[in-house]
Amino acid sequence: MRRPPVREYPRPNHIRDYPCGPHFQAGYIVDKAAGWRLERPVIDVRQCINCLRCYLACPEGAIARQANKVEVDLEFCKGCGICVHECPKDLIHMTAEGT
Amino acid sequence: MMKQQKYFVSGNEAVALGVQRSRTQVVTAYPITPQTVAMERLSEMVADGELRTEFMLVESEHSALSAAMGASAMGTRTFTATSSQGLLYMAECLHYASGGRWPIVMMNANRSVALPWSIFGDQRDSLSLLDSGWIQVYVEDAQEAFDMIIQAFAIAEDEQVLTPVMVNLDGFTLTHTYEPVFVPTQEAVDAFLPPYQAPVKMDLDRPLNMAFSSTPPNNMEFKYQQHQAMEAARPVIAQVEQAFHAHFGRAYGGLIDAYRCDDAERILVTVGTVTGTARQAVDQLREQGQKVGLLKIRFMRPFPHEEVARALRHARAVGVLDRDISFGYEGTVFTNVNSALIGNKVVPPALNFIAGLGGRDIGVEDIEKMFERLAAAMDGKAAKRVEFIHLGVATDE
Repeated sequence: MRRPPVREYPRPNHIRDYPCGPHFQAGYIVDKAAGWRLERPVIDVRQCINCLRCYLACPEGAIARQANKVEVDLEFCKGCGICVHECPKDLIHMTAEGT
Repeated sequence: MMKQQKYFVSGNEAVALGVQRSRTQVVTAYPITPQTVAMERLSEMVADGELRTEFMLVESEHSALSAAMGASAMGTRTFTATSSQGLLYMAECLHYASGGRWPIVMMNANRSVALPWSIFGDQRDSLSLLDSGWIQVYVEDAQEAFDMIIQAFAIAEDEQVLTPVMVNLDGFTLTHTYEPVFVPTQEAVDAFLPPYQAPVKMDLDRPLNMAFSSTPPNNMEFKYQQHQAMEAARPVIAQVEQAFHAHFGRAYGGLIDAYRCDDAERILVTVGTVTGTARQAVDQLREQGQKVGLLKIRFMRPFPHEEVARALRHARAVGVLDRDISFGYEGTVFTNVNSALIGNKVVPPALNFIAGLGGRDIGVEDIEKMFERLAAAMDGKAAKRVEFIHLGVATDE
């Protein structure tokens, strides 16, 4: 269940660099979604109980599991707020971009 | 040559035997006339211990192909079968399966498409899905049906291809007609068709993100790959047939099968079982000294454009018999043949005969009528580009 932070995906140069069909080793996210976001999630990591529900529910796979906490990769977070809805301790809040 | 046993079976049963001899590991089943008997025989083989396969009863055709994709993604050899409305119901899954590069083999019993509702044969179901990314082969008799199920797995599973194959049998005309079929022993088929080795599959030791989505910067490359795979299938189809011939002594000519075309002035192009009737008509006309020939197209995808152009290059008139019509234009086989002819130095007049829709019989006399039309066109007489043959009533045309 431990997933490292998002791995860098090298842009293909030749058609052979693509996999055969849309199947590839997990852990890569290719398309950055930060530009879609109006608000970003902020996690109160000091009180986080590490239940990993946000990590499991994130539809973009943008939340990584670290040693004792979770971390949002904001390059890939699209700002949907599902993690806010899922957090049982109400420790994730959306904050307007630019604040 | 390996020992082969003679069976007396229908087209459906020949398909079931082909699936059994291919050691198919998963079969997803949903019945539809006229495909049902194929699935019934497979079910009986499983019940009798003659076939070790996971036989999945599903709730629809959409589920049948969805389940087949899941099974194929596990790296198993997978088969399903459908017809007509069922094929159209699983249409989105056809694109999904070819895009996922899962080498599923599917039998389709060619049947007309409602409305009016009909269980009888024509080819409007599969021809309307030529663009779904599947290899499409059309067989003429039960022996070819049996042989092509086995060859279909070999073609689909080739690493250069990894594309699903649809084996088309004309509904009732072939699915329900009993014929002698030579069936090789299991050991002989094993020697020809090794187990499927999936290069990519669901594997706990090598976890993958399978069937992901892709945005504009990458999506088109996957479509290019699919096209390349379909092009790569051309030589693979030839190699597989060559190997099959070496093992079992039967060959069908690859993408096309030309009959008495070498010196033919008029050539009729056919797809599927009507080829047998047309062959008889050609023989009769040849006896009368008429220079006529027959071109059977076996694969509609990849389309044999070079082979068709070559076979028709000396013809002075070409007819295409379509058990299909794209309303508002012409038969789809005709469109494809015409596109292939454009590259030839001399393009002969070409006529499209729409026949056998909704199970309408096509007789030898109908074929002879088509050759009469071609004779007129060859002599420069005005001819109808698209003609419905054997309508039962008068029209205003």
